[in-house]
Amino acid sequence: MKKFIKYTGVVIPINRDNIDTDAIIPKQFLKSVDKSGFGDNLFDAWRYEDQGEPGADCSGRPLNKDFVLNRKPYRDGSFLLARENFGCGSSREHAVWALRDFGIRTVIAASFADIFHNNCFKNGVLPIALPLADIEWLFARDDEQGAFSMEIDLERQALTSEDGNVYRFEIDEFKKHCLLEGLDDIGLTLQHEPDISAYEARRAKEAPWLFPDLQL
Amino acid sequence: MTGKTLYDKLWNQHLVREADGGDALIYIDRQLLHEVTSPQAFAGLRDAKRVPRRLAANLAVADHNVPTTDRSAGIDDPIAKLQVETLDRNCAEFGITEFNMTDPRQGIVHVVGPEQGVTQPGMTIVCGDSHTATHGALGALAFGIGTSEVEHVLATQCLMARKMKNMRIVLNGALAEGMASKDMILRVIGEIGTSGGTGYTIEFAGSAVENASMEARMTLCNMAIEAGARAGIIAVDQKTVDYLRGRPYSPSGDHFDLAVKAWRELVSDPDAVFDAEHVIDVTDLRPQVTWGTSPEMVASVDDVIPDPADAPDEGKREGWSRALDYMALEPGTQIGSIEVDKVFIGACTNGRIEDLRAAASIARGRRVAPNIKQALVVPGSGLVKKQAEDEGLDRIFIDAGFEWREPGCSMCLAMNADRLEPGERCAATSNRNFEGRQGYGGRTHLVSPVMAAAAAVAGHFTDPNKL
Ligand code: SF4
Repeated sequence: MKKFIKYTGVVIPINRDNIDTDAIIPKQFLKSVDKSGFGDNLFDAWRYEDQGEPGADCSGRPLNKDFVLNRKPYRDGSFLLARENFGCGSSREHAVWALRDFGIRTVIAASFADIFHNNCFKNGVLPIALPLADIEWLFARDDEQGAFSMEIDLERQALTSEDGNVYRFEIDEFKKHCLLEGLDDIGLTLQHEPDISAYEARRAKEAPWLFPDLQL
Repeated sequence: MTGKTLYDKLWNQHLVREADGGDALIYIDRQLLHEVTSPQAFAGLRDAKRVPRRLAANLAVADHNVPTTDRSAGIDDPIAKLQVETLDRNCAEFGITEFNMTDPRQGIVHVVGPEQGVTQPGMTIVCGDSHTATHGALGALAFGIGTSEVEHVLATQCLMARKMKNMRIVLNGALAEGMASKDMILRVIGEIGTSGGTGYTIEFAGSAVENASMEARMTLCNMAIEAGARAGIIAVDQKTVDYLRGRPYSPSGDHFDLAVKAWRELVSDPDAVFDAEHVIDVTDLRPQVTWGTSPEMVASVDDVIPDPADAPDEGKREGWSRALDYMALEPGTQIGSIEVDKVFIGACTNGRIEDLRAAASIARGRRVAPNIKQALVVPGSGLVKKQAEDEGLDRIFIDAGFEWREPGCSMCLAMNADRLEPGERCAATSNRNFEGRQGYGGRTHLVSPVMAAAAAVAGHFTDPNKL
């Protein structure tokens, strides 16, 4: 995984609650066996006027001109702004892969669904929960004064908007460390192999029916 | 010391390493795999030259995009075919047990697990699918994970996780005739909202849960995720034990007795403290129908479509307006007057034998209304299908004008050929009514199997008891 470094980018506002992973990446694109190539189909049903098919070239498709991802300068944005319960629904990690492919590295919302929240960290995407009042303010900022950019400094746990407002956010220390260093979770867990083996040995005695394969 | 909740007990039993600042490491007893969320996980293993830690802890089944019509000719859609074949190949290469598309035990992963006894009380169970919550009905801690975590569990048999808070939802009272656990869970989601359970594990309790069958309990836990909770659980009781006895993967002989002793402990202590609790009396519950594009947008069949002007806040007002726009519905419309184009009975929510029996009790001796373009019955597994056929339910459905299909996810998420066309309206027993879920531009109303069958024969939603 790539290290999460400090960067500046445009904020893409989608002023909705409950943006589900079916909306982020519709199911027909889940047939892929790869982890990349989903960016053109991010928010497919909202972004295009026609129905998207997996593997098809998106360059000639009719665009929904009103949708924020199709407008300048948002289409080059790297922050996504939404309201409550972002990423609810299906566990599909494809939703995060699509966001990342499109170039979104930070999602700011009032709250997140748990599985989506987890999936973000596995892919170097940072989910930031801010109080609803701040979220409202950011939407209003975009609405009234037009597109704006933010800077993210994960080390300092601070988001700074271009007009100098600073938003501090909370993040689990360990997750922060993994993002900053670009660490691989599986490698980290495998360092605890002795603990895992000890657990299995103990548990196989307590609950042998769970470990028919580990019985002598 | 205060008592422990069922969730606390399950969590403690699986702790490999306590959290040291970050997440804890917990042990995973079972992983269920399917074709959509596993290919990238297997590819990751291969790239890192890793192998699954415990083959016997895994079971794979193709369900999401298998055809539900005659399968002898294979899959038409080349992309779906590649995905299903990739699962077959990965399982063969790594040595994981798979029920492939032609296996009589094949079906929706969340129907197959309990049916085979692969799901057992006291286990931690994961699957790259959010409706893994279903398995919690047997007193297991079961939750959906993403593909990176699928790979993580394959490689380590563990997961980094953080303990959730405890919520109890107490459902008291006796359900009226024609009501189902689907109505209860829709009512719960209507009350607490789709993010009401975020950050919690929900334990369902109360007399209505104690009196519910194992199948009905699975329907409740299935939709815990629609209330925002990754896991829903129900305490073990005699029904749980009876359900597990003699299933192919259940413990047998001395192990069964030993297991039952341990399973009996899987209840919340009387003095356990929950971080949140909701108590709902279901005595007067009426059939529930969703009217919007989120499962929390739900009302009873006697109600009218609400007016966004009456929404509790600005965010909801916009959400309701957008939903009504998408659903092509006007505020004030009687729910019972809404006509549907298609009917879908199946999915991991309501594709079990009891669901098919309930739907058949309505279909028996009646005909699908002329305005219905298609009424599908898709059993949750090959064994459910066979059981239904042994009981003659297939004849009842076919005689009434329903189509009787092969098992799979089907029109729940429309990854195969079963789907809504733009603008079509469907009464569905599945669990999600998101925009486009059942097909681009399709409109989904979530209901119980009884209501779905009633809508099929009446052509519109109606009180099933008045048919
Ligand atoms: S039936 Fe629907 S909800 Fe259940 S596993 Fe299949 S796609 Fe998911």
